[in-house]
Amino acid sequence: MQTSYFHNSGRLSRLILRRDRLRIPLWIIIITALTLVIAFAYTNLFTTQQEIMIYAETMRNPAMTAMMGPGYGLDNYTYGAMMAHTMLVFTALAVAIMSIFLVARHTRRDEESGRIEMIRSLPVGRLSNLTATILASFTVNILLALLTGIGLFLLGIESMDLQGSLLYGASLGAAGIFFAAVTALFVQLTANTRNAIGYAVIFLGISYLVRALGDVSSEALSLLSPLGLITRTQVFVNNYWWPLLLTVAAALAITALAFKLNSLRDLEAGLLPARSGRKTASSWLKNPLGLALKLQRTSLIAWAAGLFILGASYGSVFGDVDAFLESVEMYREIFIIAEDIPFVEQFIATLMSVIALIATAPALIMILKVKSEEKASRIEHLLSRAVSRKQVMGSYLLISLAASLIMLLLSAAGMWTAAAAVMADPVPLSLFLKSALVYLPAIWALIGLTVLIIGYKPGAALFSWIYLGYSFLVIYLGEMLQIPDWLSGLTPYGYVPKIPIEEINIPALIILTIISIILMAAGFRGYRQRDIQLSG
Amino acid sequence: MAVIEIKDLAKNFGEVQALDGINLEVQEGEVYGYIGPNGAGKTTTIRILLGILQADRGKATVFGRDAWQDAVEIHKRIAYVPGEVNLWPNLTGGEIIDLFVQLRGSNHKSRREELIARFDLDPSKKCRSYSKGNRQKVALVAAFAAEADLYLLDEPSSGLDPLMEKVFQECITEFKEEGKTVFLSSHILSEVEKLCDKLSIIRQGKIIESGSLNELQHLTRTRMVLETNEEIPSLNDLKGIHDLKKQNNTYSFLVDTAELDQVIQHISKFGVKKLESSPPKLEDVFMEHYRGGGGES
Repeated sequence: MQTSYFHNSGRLSRLILRRDRLRIPLWIIIITALTLVIAFAYTNLFTTQQEIMIYAETMRNPAMTAMMGPGYGLDNYTYGAMMAHTMLVFTALAVAIMSIFLVARHTRRDEESGRIEMIRSLPVGRLSNLTATILASFTVNILLALLTGIGLFLLGIESMDLQGSLLYGASLGAAGIFFAAVTALFVQLTANTRNAIGYAVIFLGISYLVRALGDVSSEALSLLSPLGLITRTQVFVNNYWWPLLLTVAAALAITALAFKLNSLRDLEAGLLPARSGRKTASSWLKNPLGLALKLQRTSLIAWAAGLFILGASYGSVFGDVDAFLESVEMYREIFIIAEDIPFVEQFIATLMSVIALIATAPALIMILKVKSEEKASRIEHLLSRAVSRKQVMGSYLLISLAASLIMLLLSAAGMWTAAAAVMADPVPLSLFLKSALVYLPAIWALIGLTVLIIGYKPGAALFSWIYLGYSFLVIYLGEMLQIPDWLSGLTPYGYVPKIPIEEINIPALIILTIISIILMAAGFRGYRQRDIQLSG
Repeated sequence: MAVIEIKDLAKNFGEVQALDGINLEVQEGEVYGYIGPNGAGKTTTIRILLGILQADRGKATVFGRDAWQDAVEIHKRIAYVPGEVNLWPNLTGGEIIDLFVQLRGSNHKSRREELIARFDLDPSKKCRSYSKGNRQKVALVAAFAAEADLYLLDEPSSGLDPLMEKVFQECITEFKEEGKTVFLSSHILSEVEKLCDKLSIIRQGKIIESGSLNELQHLTRTRMVLETNEEIPSLNDLKGIHDLKKQNNTYSFLVDTAELDQVIQHISKFGVKKLESSPPKLEDVFMEHYRGGGGES
């Protein structure tokens, strides 16, 4: 390729850094800080060798392996191994999502909105924008890797040596670089930013599932997944670097392919053909609810399929849980809280709390769409016609509430289907459903909070996501770290009974539901009274 | 010297034939109008000239260089304004102007300030708060602030108010005086009529008329309003008369410019009381070609 293809790439990278001068540092700081805080927390939570060994035994469980990757160094468990095993996959997911958004934002989104056309009319090479984006995203990931690595080392925790700390950071960076490359490839394929992000996120989801399945059944399968590869580094125990070399090599190959495809295609075109649409609106599209549903149909279907598969992949380890328990007497003593509750049911409770938190995301996306439509000045097309604000908000709320129900039902059904296939003595579907649906009022509370924010201060909508993230941390880590009660009391999920290991708590669920309804009603009131935002 | 040379240019988007054998030549110092309805292929042509779309057939050269191969070199000497301007919402207008000027490698600070003042633009505002017209102004200032030999303008004044449109026209006139070349696409005829030396009309991917304003006016018709003492019998049968309307002894009709002499000689026999004629308007050619294929929608 000629050098003129890359003319002015450096300047464009600087433009990217300038445009994201808040966004990029925020991502890096949040991810690094989270890693450091959690690493530090471990040293306070487990103070005796016996506590550490009990924790190590938990990690031998296949359900834990499916969730976080295979445990290692368990015989001589250290803070370092513990922290790296628990946090690496989930932190890598966050880094991957950062990379996906970063790359899509500066490639396809700019191209789709016609900004690249103006850039390309200047003396700028055909591949300069992709080059600049790749440079910027790789730099961000390398920076994140170094900061996390050095930060971990500086905590001065005994089992976290310099090499291991740097390798932990590098594992995150490698995952980020890999998904930056994958996104650079997907943005060549479709002319639409949402589709490109969708493909990349689906790819990320598949990588997680392939790793989960591989980790409990086949090592070779796990090595096909980038998330599987990075967990093979066995940070702080064996410190293998080869998995990262493979990951980065694959990333570079994918990047090269993305460059090739970019040089072949027209500006603003995708390589996959765009289908032509309908000439007339179908009858169900002709009202606000139909429109809202149509706008989010693809996303709704993708999330539903994703949650069913997630449920099924968790469900598929239940057979192993049974066998595992029968072989080892000791674990039963540790884990069985009440004699009459089978051990496997406790895992249903734990897995369901994670699934309920994930299932909240599509419900929030559905309701937040009403805000993004407003910001894009498209709501006014409806409101200037015979449509009330109540109808608009109501349509999106209805879809959001329906999504919360559908997502929980499907993930429970997925878990049951897979579990029934692998278990000698299957757990009834009703138990899965009860365990899942009990989370509905908590999800509604988050939806209600979001409606309230949209009603009064739509600019603050990010808070809903931060609150969900907080809930995730408290519930997910709370399981393992025995965090103080008042911390989990700050999230509605903390009040949901863990069925089947806890009794159903009807008053708590009713109170949560009432709070949700009050939040929603207040949000509607605000939305009816406030000005609709105008964008220039 | 031909600044733009397009030979037998064709471009397909899937099934859709956007350009079908376009030929065009723009000489140095010309202001060239490129007219056609929406979807005719104007923007596709300009994007091929910018080297951001690759032609399926034919050749497009700018300054004698291949538009696709030598895009970067060519772009150092051209300025482009798109019809629809999207900008990064969290950058200010001033930042974007500076960025674009810098990417072109030259810096004319004084020209920047002068243009900002002329276009009455507030460069300190973030682009998310600009209206369509203001975003257009940012693109115009960014394009005009740097020295260029060729200005490619794709419906550049859409969204500008009449005052700003006047400023825009002044700028083009100045470029013309400086001997710069301007390629101006538009579907607004009055804009082109005032500014252009030559023009081409494109419709459904084909050039249907080309030439100087005078040449094209030969093809046009003159509108006449006529009042006579006597009634003119069978005026409609006369060669070159169109669109005849009659009210008592007042006639209103269009005459083919080529048949003007013959028609005047004929009507003079009936005692002309009043004769008004409007100059040939490009609008008429244009509308005729717009209607073009008749039954097509």
